[in-house]
Amino acid sequence: MNIHEYQGKEILRKYGVAVPNGKVAFTVEEAVEAANELGSTVSVVKAQIHAGGRGKAGGVKVAKNIDEVRTYANEILGKVLVTHQTGPEGKEVKRLLIEEGCDIKKEYYIGLVLDRATSSVVMMGSEEGGTEIEEVAEKTPEKIFKEVIDPAIGLQAFQARRLAYNINIPTELVGKAVKFMMGLYTAFVEKDCSIAEINPLVVTGDGNVMALDAKMNFDSNALYRHKDILEYRDLEEEDAKEIEASKYDLSYISLDGNIGCMVNGAGLAMATMDIIKHYGGDPANFLDVGGGATTEKVTEAFKIILSDQNVKGIFVNIFGGIMKCDIIANGVVEATKQVGLELPLVVRLEGTNVDLGKKILKESGLNITAADSMADGAEKIVALVK
Amino acid sequence: MSIFINKDTKVIVQGITGSVGLFHTKQMLEYGTKIVGGVTPGKGGTEVEGLPVFNTVVDAVKETGANASVIYVPPAFAAEAIIEAVDAELDLAICITEGIPVMDMVKVKRYMEGKKTRLVGPNCPGVITPEECKIGIMPGYIHTKGHVGVVSRSGTLTYEAVHQLTERGIGQSTAVGIGGDPVNGTDFIDVLKAFNEDEDTYAVIMIGEIGGTAEEEAAEWVKANMTKPVVGFIGGQTAPPGKRMGHAGAIISGGKGTADEKIKTMKACGIKVAATPSVMGETLVEALKENDLYDRCVTNKAKA
Repeated sequence: MNIHEYQGKEILRKYGVAVPNGKVAFTVEEAVEAANELGSTVSVVKAQIHAGGRGKAGGVKVAKNIDEVRTYANEILGKVLVTHQTGPEGKEVKRLLIEEGCDIKKEYYIGLVLDRATSSVVMMGSEEGGTEIEEVAEKTPEKIFKEVIDPAIGLQAFQARRLAYNINIPTELVGKAVKFMMGLYTAFVEKDCSIAEINPLVVTGDGNVMALDAKMNFDSNALYRHKDILEYRDLEEEDAKEIEASKYDLSYISLDGNIGCMVNGAGLAMATMDIIKHYGGDPANFLDVGGGATTEKVTEAFKIILSDQNVKGIFVNIFGGIMKCDIIANGVVEATKQVGLELPLVVRLEGTNVDLGKKILKESGLNITAADSMADGAEKIVALVK
Repeated sequence: MSIFINKDTKVIVQGITGSVGLFHTKQMLEYGTKIVGGVTPGKGGTEVEGLPVFNTVVDAVKETGANASVIYVPPAFAAEAIIEAVDAELDLAICITEGIPVMDMVKVKRYMEGKKTRLVGPNCPGVITPEECKIGIMPGYIHTKGHVGVVSRSGTLTYEAVHQLTERGIGQSTAVGIGGDPVNGTDFIDVLKAFNEDEDTYAVIMIGEIGGTAEEEAAEWVKANMTKPVVGFIGGQTAPPGKRMGHAGAIISGGKGTADEKIKTMKACGIKVAATPSVMGETLVEALKENDLYDRCVTNKAKA
C-alpha cells in the first residue's frame, strides 16, 4: 500500500527522524493558513500524489511570500500531473503539503528495501541524491553503498556510521545522520514497510540532517496489524475497479488492452496475459479469482471486467485443482444471466470435474465459445475481438 | 526414487482442525499420503479423521515418529508455526499459507540458519511424488509416476505443466512448488540440485515468473552443474513494471526482474525456454528427443 509524502513524514517524525515542519492542505485557503502558521520566510508548495517525478512535472514550487503560496496552491490544486510514474493519463492533485523551506547544502539518498538475495533488509545510501537511484545504479554503481541488516540484532550504529562516512556526510553531522538512519530502520521494521526511500536526504546550512522527501510503501500482507497505516489509505489514488475487486478478495490489475481475463492462480493469470499477447491480442486486466472462488465471486469478477469500457471480449481460463470446474461453470452462467452478456466469451476449462463443467456451459444455451487448451482459447478470443 | 518425499514420509498437519487443513487432510489421505497426526493448540487429545491431534509439534513428533509437516495455519500465525516445526527438528516443513508478512519470513529465514529442517514455501501448492505421497493442495489425479522433475513458483502453472506432460504420456518423479513469495525456504537451486542427484529424474521443467533474480541464478547454476536437460518457462512477459501480479514476489521493480532478462539468461545457459505456457510439455519432449531420453521418459505409451 502506498501513502502520501506528508503521511510518511508524520510517521518518520514519531520515530525521531528529522523532517521539515509542514502541514497538509486540501484547499487554497488551508494552504495559505498553513503557510501563515509555519511562519517561515520561504515555504514549499508540494503536490501530494502517489507518484514520483512531481518536481519535473511542475508539482513542487518554492514560494517566497504568502501571495506566492496562494498563487502556487491555486495553480497546483486540481492540476493533472503527468510524470514517468503516473502513465499518460496523469493524476489529479487533491492535496498539498505546505512545508518550511530550508537551506540545502547537499542532497543525498537513503533507502531501505528487502533484498531477496540475502532475505534481509538492506540500507542503501548514495551521495548522488535528488536523482533517480536506478539511474545512479546503472551509470555509477560504485556510488551506491549497502549495509545488509541482520534481523536478529537490527541495524547497528557502526553500520549507519560506515554508511554515513561512505557517502561523505560532513564529519560533524555523522552523529545526526546515524540517528536519522536508526530511526528510519526502526520505522521500516515496526510498520512492515516494503520500501522506505528518502530522496533527497539533505544537510542544511544550519547543520541539520533532514528528509526532504519520503516515499513509504507497506507490505499489504501485514496491514492487519497496522490499523494506523490503513487509515492513511487514499482510495482516490487507486483504480476504482481494483478497489471493488479487493472487496471480494479478487486480485485484479487494470491494463490497457481490450480482452478481459478471468483466471485462477496468479501464475496462470500472468501466463494467460502472455499468451493473448503472443497471438496478437491485448489483455485488459490481470485477474486471479483465487482457489476458493464461489459463484458470487465469479459473478463479481465478471461485473468488474465488464465495467471496463475498453473490454471487447472475455477469456476465462481455469485449471481446476481444488477449484472445481462445475463451480466455475455455474458462476459463469449465473454471472451472464445477471449482467447480460453481449460480448464474445471464450471459456477454457481443465482439471477437476471438467466434463461436468463443460456440460453445464453447453446446456446453458449461452453463446459461449469452448476452447480445448490455453493456446486454442487465446487464438479464439483474439480472432473474436478483431 | 524421488526428491524430498516418498511413500515412507510420515506427515503431520499443523492447523488440522481448520476448514482448509481438514479438507486437504482428507484429500491427502485419499491419495495415500501417510498422515500420522495433526497439531492444533488447545485441541490436543482429540481426533480428526481417525488421526490423533496434539497441542504441540514436539508432542506430535514424539508420539507418531513424523518426519515432515504441512502447515495450513492462518497468515498471522504461520511464521511461528514454521519455527515450531523447525524447533521440533523435522526433516521437512511445507507451508501452504498465503499472505504471511514478509518481515515475519525474514525472521524465520534467520532462525532457520544452521537448523536441519528444509522449508518449502510459503504460499506454495506443496510437493508431490506421484503415486507415493502428496503433501499440499495440488489435484493428485493429474500426476503420473515417471522421470521428469517439475519445479515452479506458481501453483496453477505447475498443474498446467504436469497436465501437459501426463497428456503426452510422460510421468513425473516429483513436482515441487516453491511458492510465490519474495522470501521463501527452498529455492530453485536447492530443487535443481536434488533433481540432479536423483537417479530417477532424467530431465527437469523449471517454471519461473517476473520479480527477483532467482531464475537467473538458477540458470547459471544449471550451466555450471546440471547434467540433465532443463527446459523453462517464465510467466509475466507482458506484465507492466511496478504492479504486483498477485504473488507478493511477482513485481518488476527498479528495472529488475523482467521476463526478458530471465529468458535471455536461461537461453544463454543452455535452457530451452517455452515461448508460451501451452508448449511447456512440447518443449520438454523436444529436449528429451534431442538428448535421447524420450523413450525412457514415456511412461504411458498409449498417450505418447
